[in-house]
Amino acid sequence: MKVFPRYREVWLLAAIVVLIGLISMRFPGFAAFGNLRQLFNDTSILMILALGQMVVILTRSIDLSMASNLCFTGMVVAMLNAAHPAIPIPLLIVIALLVGLVLGAINGFLVWRLNIPSIVVTLGTLTIYRGATFVISGGAWVNADQMSPDFIGLQRAAFLGIPVLSWIAILVIALFFLLMTRTALGRSIYAIGVNPTASVYAGIDVGRTKFIVFCISGMAAGLCGYLWISRYVIASVEVANGYELNIIAACVIGGISIAGGIGSVGGAVLGALFLGIISNALPVINISPFWQMAISGSAIILAVVLNARGERRQGRIILKKAEAA
Amino acid sequence: MTDTPAPRYIPDRLDKPLNAAIFSWEALLVAVAVAIFAVNSFASPYFLDVWSLSDLTFNFTEKALIALAMALLIISGEIDLSVAAIIALASTMMGMAMQAGAGTPVLVAIGILVGLGCGAFNGLLVTRLGLPSIVVTIGTMSLFRGIAFIVLGDQAYKGYPSSFAFFGQGYVWWVVSFELTLFLVAAVIYWFLLHRTSFGRRVFAIGNNPVAAQFSGVRVGRIKFILFCLTGLMAGIASVLITSRLGSTRPSIAQGYELEVITMVVLGGVSILGGAGSIVGVVLAAFIMGLVTFGLGLLNVPGIVMSIFIGLLLIIVIALPIVWRRVRRERLT
Amino acid sequence: MLVDPHPAHFVRDPPHKGEGKAAPRLTLSGISKSFPGVRALHDVSLSLYPGQVTALIGENGAGKSTLVKIMTGIYQPDAGTISIDGQAVTLPSAHAAFGHGITAIHQETVLFDDLTVAENILLGHAPRSRFGTIDWRTMRKNAREVLNTMGAGHIDADARLKDLGIANKHLVAVARAMSIDAQIVIMDEPTAALSLKEIEELFLLVEFLKSEGKAILFISHKFDEIYRIADRYTVFRDGEMVGEGLIRDAGQSQIVRMMVGRAVDHIFPQRKAEIGAPVLAVSGLSHPTEFDDIGFELHRGEILGFYGLVGAGRSEVMQAISGITRTSSGTITLEGKAIVPKSAADSIDAGIVYVPEERGKQGVVIGLPIFQNISLPSLKRTSKSGVLRLAEEFALARSYTERLDLRASSLSQDVGTLSGGNQQKIVIAKWLATTPKVIILDEPTKGIDIGSKAAVHGFMAELVAQGLSVIMVSSELPEILGMSDRVVVMREGRIASVYDNKRLDAETLVKTAAGIAA
Repeated sequence: MKVFPRYREVWLLAAIVVLIGLISMRFPGFAAFGNLRQLFNDTSILMILALGQMVVILTRSIDLSMASNLCFTGMVVAMLNAAHPAIPIPLLIVIALLVGLVLGAINGFLVWRLNIPSIVVTLGTLTIYRGATFVISGGAWVNADQMSPDFIGLQRAAFLGIPVLSWIAILVIALFFLLMTRTALGRSIYAIGVNPTASVYAGIDVGRTKFIVFCISGMAAGLCGYLWISRYVIASVEVANGYELNIIAACVIGGISIAGGIGSVGGAVLGALFLGIISNALPVINISPFWQMAISGSAIILAVVLNARGERRQGRIILKKAEAA
Repeated sequence: MTDTPAPRYIPDRLDKPLNAAIFSWEALLVAVAVAIFAVNSFASPYFLDVWSLSDLTFNFTEKALIALAMALLIISGEIDLSVAAIIALASTMMGMAMQAGAGTPVLVAIGILVGLGCGAFNGLLVTRLGLPSIVVTIGTMSLFRGIAFIVLGDQAYKGYPSSFAFFGQGYVWWVVSFELTLFLVAAVIYWFLLHRTSFGRRVFAIGNNPVAAQFSGVRVGRIKFILFCLTGLMAGIASVLITSRLGSTRPSIAQGYELEVITMVVLGGVSILGGAGSIVGVVLAAFIMGLVTFGLGLLNVPGIVMSIFIGLLLIIVIALPIVWRRVRRERLT
Repeated sequence: MLVDPHPAHFVRDPPHKGEGKAAPRLTLSGISKSFPGVRALHDVSLSLYPGQVTALIGENGAGKSTLVKIMTGIYQPDAGTISIDGQAVTLPSAHAAFGHGITAIHQETVLFDDLTVAENILLGHAPRSRFGTIDWRTMRKNAREVLNTMGAGHIDADARLKDLGIANKHLVAVARAMSIDAQIVIMDEPTAALSLKEIEELFLLVEFLKSEGKAILFISHKFDEIYRIADRYTVFRDGEMVGEGLIRDAGQSQIVRMMVGRAVDHIFPQRKAEIGAPVLAVSGLSHPTEFDDIGFELHRGEILGFYGLVGAGRSEVMQAISGITRTSSGTITLEGKAIVPKSAADSIDAGIVYVPEERGKQGVVIGLPIFQNISLPSLKRTSKSGVLRLAEEFALARSYTERLDLRASSLSQDVGTLSGGNQQKIVIAKWLATTPKVIILDEPTKGIDIGSKAAVHGFMAELVAQGLSVIMVSSELPEILGMSDRVVVMREGRIASVYDNKRLDAETLVKTAAGIAA
């Protein structure tokens, strides 16, 4: 019983392996290295977003505005690129991170300083950020032919046979892993989720830490703003509409408890991969892509049921066992 | 802490100072509504026309119907993000029945029953299995709408019977639409249920302290289950209205409504943490959201920009009392 | 053994000379703090001396917890100064207090169940490696060192905290205080959830902290503990400091007089209740993990005491009888009729009510006004086909709050604004208002002030005189001996013995509860 929650990620990994195994029984090419590499690449953006959401959820908060943040930041960098193609891509990425950071900091500030529940704050900024995208773009799209070749090309490039987009995801995963296991901030994030009252007495500034996690999720969304636009080569107000719930779904499937304090980097990554596999596999095994939504919905419900089993605390054991004879 | 060295006799209630009523949440909402109304009538000459005002109500009545039940659910400490998906599923089922030749009464019954069934499904998952409702309903949201997509794909149902159009397009008397009438009747019923019955009292108790409520003999699981069913039911009714108003069903129908419904509830002064709120506030919030959307619409402001105003309104109205209290405390000390 | 009682540097009986002259480590002076409508503290002063334990004494609502929150940086005082070793300081946040070496050990809330022992000890000041990341190896090593110095080397630094017993959790909390080199340790009712044996172990820890020269503030309601462990005392009443001095110079009755502003001899009420026929009979009641084969009878007009160590399964049995938890077998018979309560609602309908131990979590609904709290279990009676009748609710609330001598400004006041003692009166009133046949009171006077205690005891005597039957779960021996007609002693989920309360002595009860042969 005690082993199960600690190794939840292992179970999820096993489920993914079984899933891939089952699919490749019908379609042997599915498990080929090339296809799996593609699968990882396709899921990279969701992974980064899920990691950003994870640190927020761990502190018993939620960020519903990530997809809108992504949309706004993506529009900013796309318009910058269209207007000034000379701006180097690394600088654009830094700009994307900064814009995302600012939007995240606004959420964090409202949660920290005004003590408004995060679900209310981000419900508001969810609509504001997307509306702001319309305002800055005037409702116009930025198309592929307006973007510079570098802007589109960067992540198509490969390094050691793996696309740059995947490398970025790997780098982000590594950074989050360090953050959560090797830094005092990571410890504080877990501590706040486990016991906010105790955290205050332990000298952790709960409000400030929450501010920081929203900055982190904002930066993750900002980075993905660039990645998304350069991958799908169109920037519009509709980008990633409704995607906030996919991000949360990835976290839930990855075993991150919505009640805070429980969850890991591995879980978030695997949760995202799981959703990625479902959307990738359906066309392969000849199921209409219209099934995808219902299947991920069922997967979420199933994951919650299973996670709840693992988390459920056992009652106090008072009776001494075997007081026989 | 505040043991007033007591008179033996404890009065039922202290006379409320007048400013408590003036600074109540509902009063704030009324002020906001009046302000928006005034601005609108200045900004557009078409605004103060009875038919304009009547059209205005179509903007919010469907969402507001769901918000009534959602308010109770949120007060009890739960939430339902799947309401828009329930609308899609119920509408799809009505469409299937319509193609099979069902008449208007059957269509209405199907819409309502599918809503009720979906609500009961959510309720069972939350109360029987003890799962957090925010996650469960993110799951069922995908599931319900997913089923609509499986059935319809990129197709649509069209050709509802002409008698079916009454619910979303008809008028009961002069400019008073059926939708508005239904909403006002439902608002009175929900007001009575929440504020005047023992059921409503138990909802408040659960929202403030579910454990103490259970120890006090409140059947917490049963009441929460009923609230999920009511929310599903209202989504089913809303589905009938929307389908009737649009005259067609697509799987993407009512997309994003869940967040607007929740915005309405929170704007109405219901605590997202549970335990506090009023139906009057929710009704006022519904009118405010309708006024904003419609007023900006008359000024040719696109819908997406209106959503900025709704979002800002939500944050400002919540933040205002907090800032106000803080400023006042600083002035006192 | 938790702590070696006689390490080499241990000074059992520190010389008292120079006590008055030794410089205080921490001095609070002229501290005032108000909340909207409430004056929590007014011009209070307090000094803590190195190597000494100062007891902070006062009734509930006297301002003790507000003071603790000011000392730990949670609240900011409206006026007054705080100085450490003669230097004036400000404590704008919990983190700042922590930085000044002030740490608080609370009942249960300060630690993180899902983190390891080492993390709990070093959270917030973990050793860093060259790269600024947490150095796990050094962290474990440091944690182990601290535990060893305290003689608590048996605790595994990698264990999850939730797997430790409460006494070991206390050790971890103290280890944390040691590791930050805290000079000022606040112990806020540390013994509230502990059994006798665990309290003894805690006292050894306090002695250890004293020998290390820490200045300790000890908050407790229990006089035997205060006289056992404290060197000095400070008494608060209604937010003001009303007395301080050396504990050995002050008699118990003198301190009680300061606390309440009058002399209170707490005498348990005389009862003249007729004990009648059996009302409730329980037999063979069992639960897979919590209790086994519980059987007893309760008579009309009787107070049946349930005594045992904390965690003996008493509350669990009572919650099963009142339908809150399920049993695996056994029968409950009320007035000759077998009942199977499946929820608290069922048992309330049948006439058995359970007044829970955890007032804040299980008892009152904070956020609702007084009258709505009281009517909550009786809503069926105060409403007509589901429609509320406010007049009836107020009448019901009034009749019970008057009997219990509640202090409140109006019945529409939020219960959250009342003191612990008055909240307890609400809790008793709300279940009593259902007019039960059997009322089960779980630790009815835990953590409430002497005045409220006497009111509760007097009321219990009144109830049985009216023919009610009472089960009283209590861990306080004077209460058990003073109030019960018979006493059931539980140990490890079973009934160890049942005693008639005639010439029953405390020692017998303690020995039975602990499983020591008499």
